[in-house]
Amino acid sequence: MVLQTPPLEPVESIIPLADEDLKRKDYASDVDTRWCPGCGDYSVLAQMQRALSNLNVAPEKMVFVSGIGCSSRFPYYMNTYGMHSIHGRAPTIASGLKLSRPDLMVFVITGDGDALSIGGNHLLHVLRRNVDVKIFLFNNRIYGLTKGQYSPTSELGKVTKSSPIGTTERPLNPLSVALASEATFVARSFDTDPQHLTATIERAARHHGAAFVEILQNCNIFNDRAFGDYTDRDVRDERLLYLEHGEPMLFGENKDKGLAVSATGLRVVDANGPDAGLILHHDATRPSPDVHQLLARCQYPEMPVPMGVIRQVTTPTYGDYLDSQIEVAKFKNRHDVTQLLKGRSTWQVE
Amino acid sequence: MTTTSTQTNGSGGSGVPIQERDRVTVRFAGDSGDGMQLAGNRFADATAIFGNDFSTLPDFPAEIRAPAGSLAGVSSFQISFSKHQIFTPGDEPDTLVAMNPAALKSHLSALTKGGLLVINEDAFTSGNLKKANYPSNPLSDGSLDGYRIIKAPITTAAVAAVDDLGLTNQNAERTKNFFALGLVYWLYDRDLQPTLDWIDQRFGRLPNIAEANRRALFAGHAYGETTEIADAHVRVPPAVLTPGEYRTITGNQALVLGLITASHLTDLELFYGSYPITPASDVLVELAALREFGVRTFQAEDEISAIGTAIGAAYGGALGVTGTSGPGIALKSEALNLAVMTELPLIVLDVQRSGPSTGMPTKTEQTDLLQVMFGRNGESPLCVLAAKTPGDCFYMVLEAVRLAYQFVTPVVLLSDTYLANTAEPWPVPDVTQLDMIDVPYRKLEHVDPEEFEPYKRDPDTLARMFIPPGQPDLQHRIGGLEKSDITGDVAYSPENHQRMTDLRAEKIQRIANFIPEVEVDGPETGDLLVLSWGSTYGAVFTAVNDARDAGHEVAHAHLQYMNPFPRNLGDVVSRYKKVLIPEANTGQLRMLIRANFLVDAQGYNEVTGQPLSARLLTERIKQIASE
Repeated sequence: MVLQTPPLEPVESIIPLADEDLKRKDYASDVDTRWCPGCGDYSVLAQMQRALSNLNVAPEKMVFVSGIGCSSRFPYYMNTYGMHSIHGRAPTIASGLKLSRPDLMVFVITGDGDALSIGGNHLLHVLRRNVDVKIFLFNNRIYGLTKGQYSPTSELGKVTKSSPIGTTERPLNPLSVALASEATFVARSFDTDPQHLTATIERAARHHGAAFVEILQNCNIFNDRAFGDYTDRDVRDERLLYLEHGEPMLFGENKDKGLAVSATGLRVVDANGPDAGLILHHDATRPSPDVHQLLARCQYPEMPVPMGVIRQVTTPTYGDYLDSQIEVAKFKNRHDVTQLLKGRSTWQVE
Repeated sequence: MTTTSTQTNGSGGSGVPIQERDRVTVRFAGDSGDGMQLAGNRFADATAIFGNDFSTLPDFPAEIRAPAGSLAGVSSFQISFSKHQIFTPGDEPDTLVAMNPAALKSHLSALTKGGLLVINEDAFTSGNLKKANYPSNPLSDGSLDGYRIIKAPITTAAVAAVDDLGLTNQNAERTKNFFALGLVYWLYDRDLQPTLDWIDQRFGRLPNIAEANRRALFAGHAYGETTEIADAHVRVPPAVLTPGEYRTITGNQALVLGLITASHLTDLELFYGSYPITPASDVLVELAALREFGVRTFQAEDEISAIGTAIGAAYGGALGVTGTSGPGIALKSEALNLAVMTELPLIVLDVQRSGPSTGMPTKTEQTDLLQVMFGRNGESPLCVLAAKTPGDCFYMVLEAVRLAYQFVTPVVLLSDTYLANTAEPWPVPDVTQLDMIDVPYRKLEHVDPEEFEPYKRDPDTLARMFIPPGQPDLQHRIGGLEKSDITGDVAYSPENHQRMTDLRAEKIQRIANFIPEVEVDGPETGDLLVLSWGSTYGAVFTAVNDARDAGHEVAHAHLQYMNPFPRNLGDVVSRYKKVLIPEANTGQLRMLIRANFLVDAQGYNEVTGQPLSARLLTERIKQIASE
């Protein structure tokens, strides 16, 4: 079975394009970057600038809104409009901005603490509402800016400065949270695969609706090799599952393994064995997030770790509904301020 | 019982002659489910159309339906109406309508001595008496001696009037508020027609219910004609008001109309981010029904998101507004500070209620003044305004918007539960006569990129060069980190932080050059100045005038601009030997006045959840004036 590629909106209907052909450097501001040498954020910044130049977005129509944390310094380094706001609240500011300015392209840059701890509530609701903003969550499973406390994605038992004998709480899975909110676009990529990351950013940018992208990002100071067991170059092919809509879910150096449905979830089967026919084809456009949740649950070492666009469904955005209500009301009802001030009834005093 | 008669305006047919009075105050009290708010609002409409000046005070429990007949479930609506201009809904009612024992128990102490009691005797059952903690029946134990009483079988008479309409027992009994209303209409010689019209409009699709309510209204009116109580039939002649077209308005309605009008006068689209909270929810609800004016309402997931979205909208160039009450302001503090640091035009409505914590959500107080002045980390000055009457909420919204754009700053407008729910006649403004509100960034649309710096300031107002995203070649970043003067880059230098701290404070202070001076009513100098602010205007005005009538020389000044203060305020407060500051808090303005002007101001403070009592304040003014 081969599925259709998920319909990508034509670039010009989704993205405000620049008049001239812009290069990657045109999206870089003149502010010196201040992340630690070796930080995964550098790669994300570079791929973001590359993706935007590939799309040729008009920089003046682009706004980056961030919260607080290492990743939230991101807007300063982009030659676009931007707001470095307060901890956890970027989705709210981005929502108000996008709803009142549909012509702008609004990106949210956040981290695991910003989006899933202090800002958890806002993340659920911006995704549930399908406000047309693109959210990039840099997950390094640690609080870096405050120098090394555990985060809501840190593993149970992890030793950090604020958990000297190990944490006593289980981590959140960012993709599961996004899918539970029935986000219309859910994807994952990582800092050390530039091509995949660039392509994923472009896909998110071209989605009409709320997009959620988890970017696995290494913090070489406080949580080095957080994802190295499966993202290192020499093990990637065996331990990651690169998803493509319509393609079979195959992985392994020789694409010799695949994922099939089991009684309790997903299982790995031999692509050359008797169950090869049971290997699933990835359907990102499936309205129900059920299989998407099963993919999100796949964790190393038991299962391959999925990368790519897990879910992309098309449905009207919050702004689409709101704007159409306004349009209809303007057509149907009088909108005369003088009449409004008079209310239902007035009387004359002579 | 009366059937549908065509006679709707009755003063004849009774043995009781009609008396003329200057002012009357009536309070309707009953169970939350008895429809007292509806009856009160109909009475207010009829009173408006008759031509009295009036003011209303609804008072209801926070619970939607407390147990029937319980003291906790009593809901009331007071209306004062007069042949003269009035400024308060009255302290003590002349007439109390008590629909059950709990209503009588809760409100009898407020009734003026010798006042008129209208009682639904059907509700005085042993069960209801017990729920109201009455050991014996007050209707028969003599405890109501000293009041004039109309005991009416309101429930049974209403049910009898509608008995052939085939209603359920429950629906038949529900008409008892219209029976009570009809009776009170007779007592005060009100025309039934406006209420009959309203019934047609409201219940047009339920002809049986409409007919039942009409019949109950007529039956109550007819019942009044049979009353034998002396001086019960009263007429208050119409007031002489400034000619013009009037409507009734509450403070929350005026906030809504003010926002729509401000959107019109700025030519900006209105974005209102809010989370439902008593008593501010009406603003969200009413704006949500006005999409045809381009209004984007956003019911947020919490108070923080509500202000966050409003900041985002303001940053994008819309008229960004959030509205809440005290507990919501507490949650919004951090984001409000972001608006201070990023210097964005943001409107915050605070409809204050009783605190601390959840407090008394449906009761009034002026206790958020210091919260909005100082309830944020760091040195965080912003502009604070306070409305003085329900209708003034409209004009203060326009002021808030004007100042927010002129100075590129967040502005907090204080209202409260009392203003929110109180209705009064309001001369409808002519929109074409209102000044347009200037939006300075429109002039920056063709600014030379070389000239643009996001924190470069206007030399007069110190407003920064704010421009929303979208302009080519002006891309820049703002945020909560300290900004470098002029460039807006992130800056940590000691000198710059001192300079920016001073600039933010100075900008707010300069607003004083663009707002009116405070006016003094009364002697320019002398022994006693009464200084008030916000919603106590009516009570303080009334008390000052009553004290003057008693022969005391008293000056009165009222503040609507709380930060900065009017530029002449320091001079005004220094011209009197004594300054008395009445407030519905423990002395928040007094603290600011003492701190700013080193004046030994005294306070008159009530924190009861009720509007300030003009009568008690009059006593205090007389006492101080005689010292």
